[in-house]
Amino acid sequence: MTALSAPPKPIRTTRRLPTYAPWAILVGSLLVGALLSLLTGELTLTGAILFGALVYVVAITITSVVVEGKRWAKDRVATTLVTFAFLVAMIPLVSLVVLVLTNGLERFSWAFLNDDMVGVYGSDPGGGVYHAIIGTVLITGLASLVAIPLGIMTAVYLVEYAKPGPLRRAITILVDVMTGIPSIVAGLFAATLFVVVAGPQYKAGVIGATALALLMTPVVVRSCEEMLRLVPNELREASYALGVPKWLTVVKVVLRTAVAGITTGVMISIARVIGETAPLLITVGIVANVNWNVFDGRMTTLPVFVYRQYAQGGASVDRAWAGALTLILIVMLLNLVARLVSRFFSPKGAR
Amino acid sequence: MAAVTGTDAVRRGSAPGRVGNIVFKGISTGAGITIVVLLGLVAAFLLYRSVPALTASVEELADVGFMRGKSLLAYVAPLAFGTVLSSAIALLIAVPLSIGIALFISHYAPRRLAQGLGYLIDLLAAIPSVVFGLWGIAFLMPLVGPFFQWLTDTMGWFPLFSGYVGPAKNITTASIVLAVMIIPIITATTREVFLQTPRLHEEASLALGATRWEMIRQAVLPFGRSGIISAAMLGLGRALGETMAVLMVLAPGFAINFFILQPGQHQSVAANIANQFPEASGLGADVLIATGLFLFLLTFVVNLAARWVINRRAEFSGAN
Repeated sequence: MTALSAPPKPIRTTRRLPTYAPWAILVGSLLVGALLSLLTGELTLTGAILFGALVYVVAITITSVVVEGKRWAKDRVATTLVTFAFLVAMIPLVSLVVLVLTNGLERFSWAFLNDDMVGVYGSDPGGGVYHAIIGTVLITGLASLVAIPLGIMTAVYLVEYAKPGPLRRAITILVDVMTGIPSIVAGLFAATLFVVVAGPQYKAGVIGATALALLMTPVVVRSCEEMLRLVPNELREASYALGVPKWLTVVKVVLRTAVAGITTGVMISIARVIGETAPLLITVGIVANVNWNVFDGRMTTLPVFVYRQYAQGGASVDRAWAGALTLILIVMLLNLVARLVSRFFSPKGAR
Repeated sequence: MAAVTGTDAVRRGSAPGRVGNIVFKGISTGAGITIVVLLGLVAAFLLYRSVPALTASVEELADVGFMRGKSLLAYVAPLAFGTVLSSAIALLIAVPLSIGIALFISHYAPRRLAQGLGYLIDLLAAIPSVVFGLWGIAFLMPLVGPFFQWLTDTMGWFPLFSGYVGPAKNITTASIVLAVMIIPIITATTREVFLQTPRLHEEASLALGATRWEMIRQAVLPFGRSGIISAAMLGLGRALGETMAVLMVLAPGFAINFFILQPGQHQSVAANIANQFPEASGLGADVLIATGLFLFLLTFVVNLAARWVINRRAEFSGAN
């Protein structure tokens, strides 16, 4: 009986590294990395971090194998690699923001935003993006005018009206596939469409808007569909029980409830197409002056402006960077407002 | 009695809002059908303009300046090869990284931080492609240049790495930019799938004494395998059609080879169209539209296959 009452010995006797150990090894590795960087050439931050990361992987593996055993060492290596993957993905984001800010701020000013490129050549100090901003706003606006109603109504059809069948399946799949259409193909389609409809000499912003609308519609459908599906069925049933016709239920209850989510989705889709370059490059072209008429003549858009200025080289490169900064600011502003809308205007209790 | 007989109180006649119902249903159904028609129109118009190029004889094509007397097939083949090669290298870089990032966000990062980190990755998707092109030239090319030089110096005997010449306007640099651009797409999809892993599978694995990595290999990765495949294909679809990064970074050439560090060897379909189309006319434009049709069909098939994998998974997933 006494043997039974003796407490069982713990089965696992693995020793684990204390929690501070990986951090200590990391600091040590970075120091060794800096040293290695100094030995191979000069001391650079990139070199120190790169060598330090390599040293860390080796050091943590060896330490862990010795102290904890093979299984836990594998776990440590996996943790390290997964974390590195995330940090590596941050490199482009951070470097891009820093690069655009440092290069763009040299030329970015109020005057830059309010000047066009009439009479400005190569290395002239003046010039700006006013005409490009107007072009971008007009073309994207026209595209949104078509794509947003079309997208929302398609989403309404899919969620509220469609019965399971070939049409619904076809639309769902085709919308998914449409999100993957290369932007240059959308541009080619718009170009050929207008050659057939309006003749080969016709050049206007509306061609680019057609391409953008084609790219934008599926994104709107996708996000609106998700938002409409989130509207609880009880709301619809309550509305029907009060004798409200179906179409008014959809307009005043379903769409009204989902309006914050739909706004967010729409703004993100605008942000997506406002940076499209390729379709506008091959359809709308570039001019130096402001063109207010979407239906006649070439227009300049911000992304194409950036590309052309950079391709010219020399002093124009500064203008390209400032243009890129303007573009990123617009895109980020749209994204930010979209997130704020979804945070503050979504129905209470939904999240 | 008299009070209740009021049949007037019960409304006879047509239900309220009948006209509105029909009109609204008609509009929304019409919108849905418009999408299908639109996609059909895209294919039809591209095909219609491609026919002259597809049926033209070699003599007629010889008049098109940029084709340099080659037949259509001989002209498209290197472009198709460049497109596939650049996308393949981009996938090789992006898929392992994206799986790591998705795992980090779903299983490693502290719960409270996870959503914010997800937004950070999504921000990458919001950056316009032309800015990525600038970044590729101004940041990436100087960064990878010395590394490529080192590869050629030490492993130049191996054809893959031979003959690097600076600046790094080669297909590998373009592919790295492409990889950065498709990482958010692949990460978003795989992250969703990883988060859907049944809680009980994970806990069962941990309860048997598995480490976190063993749990991921036993529970998360098998569950998410089809999700990873379809995410990779979505990324592939995007990489195949991406124009600006390749156009700005790559020094074009029309060769079919695997000298991935040499500039002036490859070119992609999309970048070639963007390069030539503004100046092209007549048969030349038709040839470019034919290459565009090829690109459209290629991405269409890749995307369709990706969706098919996702949908098949949706049918079989659940508490299995």
